[in-house]
Amino acid sequence: MAYIIIDKERCKGCYFCIEFCPKNIIVISKEHNKLGYFPAEFPMEDEDKCTGCKTCASMCPDMAIEVYK
Amino acid sequence: MNRIFKRPDSLTDANTHFCPGCTHGIAHRLIAEVMDELGITDNTIGIPGVGCCVFLYTYFPIDVLEAPHGRAPACATGMKRAQPDKIVFVYQGDGDLAAIGTSEVIHAANRGENITIFFINNSVYGMTGGQMAPTTLLGQQTTTSPYGRDFQSEGYPIRMAELLATLEGVAYSTRVALHSPKHVNQARKAVRKAFEMQMNGMGFSMVEMLSTCNTNWRVSPLEALKTIENEMIPYYPLGVFKERTGKDFL
Amino acid sequence: MTPRALTKGNIALAEGAIQAGCLYYFGYPITPQNDIPEYLARNLPKRGGIFIPAESEIASINMVMGAAASGKRAMTSSSGPGISLMQEAMSYMAGSDIPCVVVNIMRVGPGLGGIEPTQGDYNQAVHGGGHGDYKNIVLAPASVQEMFDLTIKAFELADKYRNPAMVVADAMIGQFQEPCRLTPAEPILIPEKPWALTGRQGRKPQLLKSLYLAPGEQEAHNLRMKAKYDEIQEHEVMLETRELDDAEIMIVAFGTPSRVAKSALTQAREMGIRAGLLRPITLFPFPEKEIREYSSKIRKVLVVEMNTGQMVRDVRINSHPEAEISFYGRPGGGIPYPDDIIREIKKALKKS
Repeated sequence: MAYIIIDKERCKGCYFCIEFCPKNIIVISKEHNKLGYFPAEFPMEDEDKCTGCKTCASMCPDMAIEVYK
Repeated sequence: MNRIFKRPDSLTDANTHFCPGCTHGIAHRLIAEVMDELGITDNTIGIPGVGCCVFLYTYFPIDVLEAPHGRAPACATGMKRAQPDKIVFVYQGDGDLAAIGTSEVIHAANRGENITIFFINNSVYGMTGGQMAPTTLLGQQTTTSPYGRDFQSEGYPIRMAELLATLEGVAYSTRVALHSPKHVNQARKAVRKAFEMQMNGMGFSMVEMLSTCNTNWRVSPLEALKTIENEMIPYYPLGVFKERTGKDFL
Repeated sequence: MTPRALTKGNIALAEGAIQAGCLYYFGYPITPQNDIPEYLARNLPKRGGIFIPAESEIASINMVMGAAASGKRAMTSSSGPGISLMQEAMSYMAGSDIPCVVVNIMRVGPGLGGIEPTQGDYNQAVHGGGHGDYKNIVLAPASVQEMFDLTIKAFELADKYRNPAMVVADAMIGQFQEPCRLTPAEPILIPEKPWALTGRQGRKPQLLKSLYLAPGEQEAHNLRMKAKYDEIQEHEVMLETRELDDAEIMIVAFGTPSRVAKSALTQAREMGIRAGLLRPITLFPFPEKEIREYSSKIRKVLVVEMNTGQMVRDVRINSHPEAEISFYGRPGGGIPYPDDIIREIKKALKKS
């Protein structure tokens, strides 16, 4: 269906994407990035649930998300 | 699969200096997206104020003039008069526009300067550490209103979108917010409308954007989004306060 | 002989600006310079220019900054109180390498003061009224002709060094009339400004700013600016000297006092007193070398100003260590008369 790529190093862990994803797919990564934030993460196995609605990317203040459909 | 959402071309690849969750970042993206859509990036000049907004030149790969604190609308006036064929936009915070720069923005608006002002209202002075601004809400604690803003000593928060809408020279004055997908989409439409106003020579356009400052509000990024909904919007209603349609002013 | 017209100082200055290619003027009313915005309000639109009656001097100077950043020649004018309001933006423009011309037709102060002539703003202009390590290029006319010529020169120097340039004249020079050639002495060439902000069309984006946060960045920038000011000091000094070769006393004065000094030195010579004059035309760059050389030969120096002593400090700093520097100042609208200067000359030479 669709998927997103989250730039691990750009994400500052505000989790807006997690908050607003209508399918509640996005999760918090277990590993922190170079800046020490625990970035948001898109579990690829949920690719079928993602509709590519771009809400996550629209709410990301750091342009860390690309959406593919 | 093809890519249906990416970083706009009118933004550089730089990571932003904004705090986690700061919706300045969303404002930047909306402006850049609309610049891409309208294809105006090559002919656009940006003028930031001073504050968190000042690093415009790091994020927008366009010509930028860094104006003194509060004076961006006056710089933009001189620039637009000198280059009427270019798109000139100003990007200011509430300290810049609603405090030290009120005279400049009011008179640029009243002269109907054909410029676009994006005004980020996050109710505090962000860059300097969270001091009270003219837009600080009643009861809101800041480092310079530690006991909560009290109208008897600090007066009332100032509503700039309505204030500017009373001026004849203003073509477009609206207030939007950046705290939810629906509001972000509305904000993008307002940004586009404002740029189109300038492109069509309709005169002065200003978009006030209610924005978060979770660091200085001492709340989490997500709580800050709710603060906009529950505390800012009741005092700062969203909407279009003035929109010139035809060339009725000619 | 090129035709000359009886012209008011302020008008000659405004016309000089237009002929220098300054098509953008933003100003605010303040006596005694109002002829300048009024003249430009009438004439700029006819000459393809833009005139805006701004809401304040702060707005005026920032509009100048916007137009100048676009690569246009732009100017504002005011008097003491307004010039004080412009200091911040002038510091920004110095720090952002943006050229402009700011005119101060000086009125007495401090505070509201009055509208009489003075040179009380010398320090503000020459030693930088704004914050940070920067200098204004400062030109000081002493005649209506120089109001015309030095305004053109100010634009030339501002563009050449990408720095604010000031024309400072006391209210008298702004207000009286003299015959004046209203055509430039040499053809006016406006340089290309590739650095201007005109939209990145066909080139890399450009930036004009004064913010430097990274460690060492601001220091490097300040040292670059200092090198520029040293170069200006080296190449751009302008002064007039009169009868210094055999002088036993040198008068140092600019603007109106220098005119009075010319009368005084003529009368003094008739009395057998060999007086001469050194008149700085550029206040920055100050004629340091010439002051040192002449004061080493002529050990008596009399500085005459219309203030309580401002340029005199620069004269002391740059004079020969054993030169005796005396000062005669008339602040607050006081104007020195030839007799006053002759009295001071005699006192300095210990002659009755």
